[in-house]
Amino acid sequence: MHCEGREGMKELQYDVLVIGAGAAGLAAALEVSRNNASCALVERESHLGGILIQCIHNGFGLEEYKEELTGPEFAERQVQAVRAADVDIFTDTTVTQLNAENDRKEAYCYSAVYGVLRISVRAVILAMGCRERNRGNIRTPGTRPAGVYTAGLAQRLVNIEGYIPGQDVVIVGSGDIGLIMARRMTWVGAKVHAVIEIQPYPSGLTRNIVQCLNDFDIPLYLSHVVSRIEGKQRVEKVQVSPLTNGIPDEENSFEIPCDTLLLSVGLIPENELSKEAGMEINPQTNGALVDATMMTSIDGVFSCGNVLHVHDLADWVAEEARRAGAYAVRYLRNERPKRQIRIKAGANVRYINPAMFDPDNPDKLYFRSLIVKNQAKLQIKLDHKPVKEVRLSHVQPSEMLHVKLKPKDVAGWNIMKDSVLEVSIE
Amino acid sequence: MSQQEPIREMICISCPLGCHLSLYKDENDELTVTGNKCKRGVVYAEEEYYAPKRVVTCTCPAESEVFPRLPVRTTTSLPKEHIDALLRAAYALTVKPPVACGEVLIENFEGTGVDLIASMSLGAEQ
Repeated sequence: MHCEGREGMKELQYDVLVIGAGAAGLAAALEVSRNNASCALVERESHLGGILIQCIHNGFGLEEYKEELTGPEFAERQVQAVRAADVDIFTDTTVTQLNAENDRKEAYCYSAVYGVLRISVRAVILAMGCRERNRGNIRTPGTRPAGVYTAGLAQRLVNIEGYIPGQDVVIVGSGDIGLIMARRMTWVGAKVHAVIEIQPYPSGLTRNIVQCLNDFDIPLYLSHVVSRIEGKQRVEKVQVSPLTNGIPDEENSFEIPCDTLLLSVGLIPENELSKEAGMEINPQTNGALVDATMMTSIDGVFSCGNVLHVHDLADWVAEEARRAGAYAVRYLRNERPKRQIRIKAGANVRYINPAMFDPDNPDKLYFRSLIVKNQAKLQIKLDHKPVKEVRLSHVQPSEMLHVKLKPKDVAGWNIMKDSVLEVSIE
Repeated sequence: MSQQEPIREMICISCPLGCHLSLYKDENDELTVTGNKCKRGVVYAEEEYYAPKRVVTCTCPAESEVFPRLPVRTTTSLPKEHIDALLRAAYALTVKPPVACGEVLIENFEGTGVDLIASMSLGAEQ
């Protein structure tokens, strides 16, 4: 590491820069360091662990650590491992610009602790996570009173800051954060009156429906929307409408008095930095379009975790990030795939990640279903010819799926330069 | 049995399948379960019917500027009827750093054999 001052700017050099120190960044940085490359880990918050710190509920770690942990416990294990490794950690530091087109990439960082930094590296791993969709994204009509929060913000207020955002709560969207917050708000003494879901099926995990709603007799209205928010200073009530052919049915609408509305209506990968750097985005995921080595359209820039595509499980984020870390180190050693073919999302598949496949090094593919079905079938075709079938006991859009092809699966394939692998669900 | 009304219906949460279970009792008070696609459904239904338990996670006040709330959890799942009392006990505690993740804050709560432990470390400087 070199450090030379120039106009008050500290200049640092590493092999790899990891941006973001949540579940993804921590796992990626650890893997880079284990492969003997020098690594800087930059985090804008003052603590490591990202969103895990406010996810105080259990259900983490079953795959990574083979035991059930809470978010802070999961983070603490990752942080201990990273602190014990040879990783330089910069907290309270925000990357504001990434110049990545050249062989040496430069990140400009601002920090209350370190001042202005220019970190120069050969590879970058993006692990910035995602942010919540809010009222503007779902365009709910009505007044603009206080008391409308995203579910994750409310989670932060309750679990970290120690404030209770309201007493009579309605939750929009049945995503996992909304469901978890229904239980959390009940356990801090608030009354959760209803969860309103626009889709005909819940968008969170079944166990969260059971443990967070059914346990407290909280009604879940499927195929319903909050069609109006009312209140002068503070939310006073919301109007809820059933959907008929996708249109709110005014006649059968009803009102729920409440002082707080929590929105759990989806997450968006936080890719502003990457877009400015010129990275190609997959419109299906709002994350980077990555090749078989999780490298983005910019040479030497890798992406993993929720900034690549929104995951359900932190365990899978860590697993994916570890592979991104390993691929970044292979890139440093100029070990690149000899050939790659395109992967296409076929029937009933919303997206598949990564977008390319390396036949000489088949790796894990993550994908999401567009349909709800028991006893479904995953069908993989090479140039329209079926090459593999996998039985899936249950599929639904809210539960991410994965498949790993083995070298013996690929052995007999007739791969051309412009071959396409198509993944579909039947 | 087909004419008999189920005494309880529930959704199994042992795996993502989410089988809809129906619970029946015969004349000997024996529980039978239908709707399960594997034997874990029976185990789940029996425990959920006779002795429902949940892991409880919440926070305690902490004397810390950075983290005014300390995340805590029960060591294993707690019988449901003890949950409200446990929450009240947790909210009434005040934790003084340093505290290590896993440190016992309440031992053997109400004789259930379940402890309340810190689920995050707070250093003395925090």
